[in-house]
Amino acid sequence: MMANITRVVAGVALASSVLALSACSDSTETNPSASDAPVTLTWWHNGNNDPLLTFWADVAEEFEAANPHVTIEIEAIQNEDLQRTRIPVALQSGDAPDLFQQWGGGELAQQVDAGHLMDLTDVLADDIDRLGGAVAPWSYQDKVYGLPYTFGVEGIWYRPSLFEAAGIDSEPATMDELVDAVEALKAAGITPIAVGAFDNWPAAHWWYNFALRQCSKDVLQASGISLDFSDPCFVEAGQQLEDFLAVDPFNEGFLATSAQQGATSSAGQLATGNAAMELMGHWNVFVLRGILADEGIDVDALNADLGWFPMPATTGGKGDPTAALGGGDGFSCYVDAPAECAELLAYISSDDVQRRFAEVVGGLPVAPNAASSVTDANLVELAEVAGNAGYVQLWLDTTYGNNIGTAMNAAIVEIFAGIGTAQDVVDDMTEAAANQ
Amino acid sequence: MQTKEASGTRPDPADTMSAGSDSETKPEKKTRTPEQVRRRGTARKWGEISLFTGPALLVFLIFVVLPVGLAAYYSFYNWNGIEDLDNFIGLDNYRRAFGDSAFVHALRNNLFVIVMSLLVQLPVALAVALVLNRKFRGRSFMRMVIFAPYILSEVITAVLWLLILQPHGPLDAWMENLGLGGLRELWLADLNLVMWTVFFVVSWKYIGLAIILFLAGLSGVPKDLQEAAAIDGASWWQIQRRINIPLIAPTIRVWMFLSIIGSIQLFDMVWVLTRGGPAGASNTIATYMFQYGFMRSQYGYGSAVAVILFFLSLIAALLYMVFVLRRDNIDEGKRR
Repeated sequence: MMANITRVVAGVALASSVLALSACSDSTETNPSASDAPVTLTWWHNGNNDPLLTFWADVAEEFEAANPHVTIEIEAIQNEDLQRTRIPVALQSGDAPDLFQQWGGGELAQQVDAGHLMDLTDVLADDIDRLGGAVAPWSYQDKVYGLPYTFGVEGIWYRPSLFEAAGIDSEPATMDELVDAVEALKAAGITPIAVGAFDNWPAAHWWYNFALRQCSKDVLQASGISLDFSDPCFVEAGQQLEDFLAVDPFNEGFLATSAQQGATSSAGQLATGNAAMELMGHWNVFVLRGILADEGIDVDALNADLGWFPMPATTGGKGDPTAALGGGDGFSCYVDAPAECAELLAYISSDDVQRRFAEVVGGLPVAPNAASSVTDANLVELAEVAGNAGYVQLWLDTTYGNNIGTAMNAAIVEIFAGIGTAQDVVDDMTEAAANQ
Repeated sequence: MQTKEASGTRPDPADTMSAGSDSETKPEKKTRTPEQVRRRGTARKWGEISLFTGPALLVFLIFVVLPVGLAAYYSFYNWNGIEDLDNFIGLDNYRRAFGDSAFVHALRNNLFVIVMSLLVQLPVALAVALVLNRKFRGRSFMRMVIFAPYILSEVITAVLWLLILQPHGPLDAWMENLGLGGLRELWLADLNLVMWTVFFVVSWKYIGLAIILFLAGLSGVPKDLQEAAAIDGASWWQIQRRINIPLIAPTIRVWMFLSIIGSIQLFDMVWVLTRGGPAGASNTIATYMFQYGFMRSQYGYGSAVAVILFFLSLIAALLYMVFVLRRDNIDEGKRR
């Protein structure tokens, strides 16, 4: 009963804000005075480091200059704190920021179900068309509740010089070739692959990739909604991971290795040339450079000696061999946010800001018109792989939402630790789904 | 409690020393006042009590009692923290906790820290305190050095050790230099070793507190007792065993109490060092609760774990009060 009432109230609020929005968007062009009442927008994002921190501040200033009645208050918060604590608590308290970071997928669906997000389908219809398919993870039940500003797929980042030292002359295209490369690197005394299992998700991404290749597109996509993991392909993915772990391809003490913090992290080991490979998303190039900058090491050596190739193909799976795992960052408006929130979001995803996001920040933009602004060779290759992919599956933990996602990641790490089995992962996911 | 506070409000300081039962009648005898005046005195007394304890009580109610009550309320729901609180599941969250091997493992880890603290920290701290209680050059410096880790916050301590314990980190390098390279271990990545590592870091930080407490206790032991024993021919060791240690027993018991409660609530250090990992091997109840409550957005279940943690602390505290600390309180009463 309570739920229904809140939903109705939320629905009314939503409807009225949509009305207000459409009213404004009609009038802003011709008659700005209609919406000149001072408005303050709060904006929470995860860009708590430069260059993104300064970039978002600049974008906010530009928007304020173009809309003098709007004041934007930014709060930049560390990613995990923002995602796991600040946003859920703010949404629950009813005093949420107007514009906030949105990772899409199952988490977005939960927030929509609870009536927290503004429906942008009609208000930003033009922008949604302009951005194309990348908006899909920010949609739920055919409605759009957020816009991404960056999206990319993952693959293996590696140091060509170390491959050369180990006598590997081509990028591994199949798992067998990857295993050969691992053996060659070990024979040359080089740590083959770094993985930050301390953070759980970097280890879990190996399993995701096996699942992506092992499960058919239909099974994988249906599992995001039905939360049914009974298809044998999920257990097979874990078995492939077990087989790969038997080769011992990862860095010493990987269970206590973090992903992105300092020179001893998995990214740090790759950046300093202490490991040859790391499976990681499109953001990795900035993480690598950032770690070197923090350690006071010149980044030129890294820039000249960094390669990328897609996750090697497995055999016997039902999945699309060209499919890729990916994810991105975007923003949603709170359901009660002023109409200007959607305008700010439209500005953030505009072609101009997206181009500068590529040029100034070095990020991988979503807007097709900004694609030509990407110059980094690895990112260009990565964008090509994403463009040619049969389909791009959102990170599985994001797809399944916090609860199942975290349970899944923890169970996968237990395989890494040698105390869990392929079946345990599926069991834990099923149990988490039952407790949802 | 109440009688003490009440007697404290009276102007005559000598009265505060008197025992409870006759403190109520005394003012009457002294001033021989009629009933109204006594009543006014009572009103005044309660006015003062509420004035002084009111604000603290209010803060306590809002920030301690209310959240505990709310957590208990949430613990009966399956709630993800975002949607409405409408899925009442009774005691299922509690059943789930005790049926979860990861939770039981976390519980065991807490027990491990409690037992090891008492078995290892207590003798070491006592020995160090007895040694530092003797007069020698550089004693204050030694005391300061030993207490220094306690001043650091748990998070800073954990980050410090996290850096030291990295594979190929400072500790490994140091061991290599000493020729102990063969004993090098994956201190934080080994499932069987990680709790010992955590316990070591916890001890490194908290043993200073035990030592300082014991030293304070020792400074309260009357010198004449020790001198008399020495004159009677007691050795240094006999003086410690027969006089010093028995006389600081109340201090030791209070330290044990703090240590047990601290071990039950252990969170910051573990969270920064291992985040309960690898694969849950170093989870404590508190990190387990955080994982479910926040990381997995199972606020209802996390609340149930919090309530269990609360009751464990409460029961431990009450049992300790009743069976161990009570003796000290009775002794004090007798002494007066």
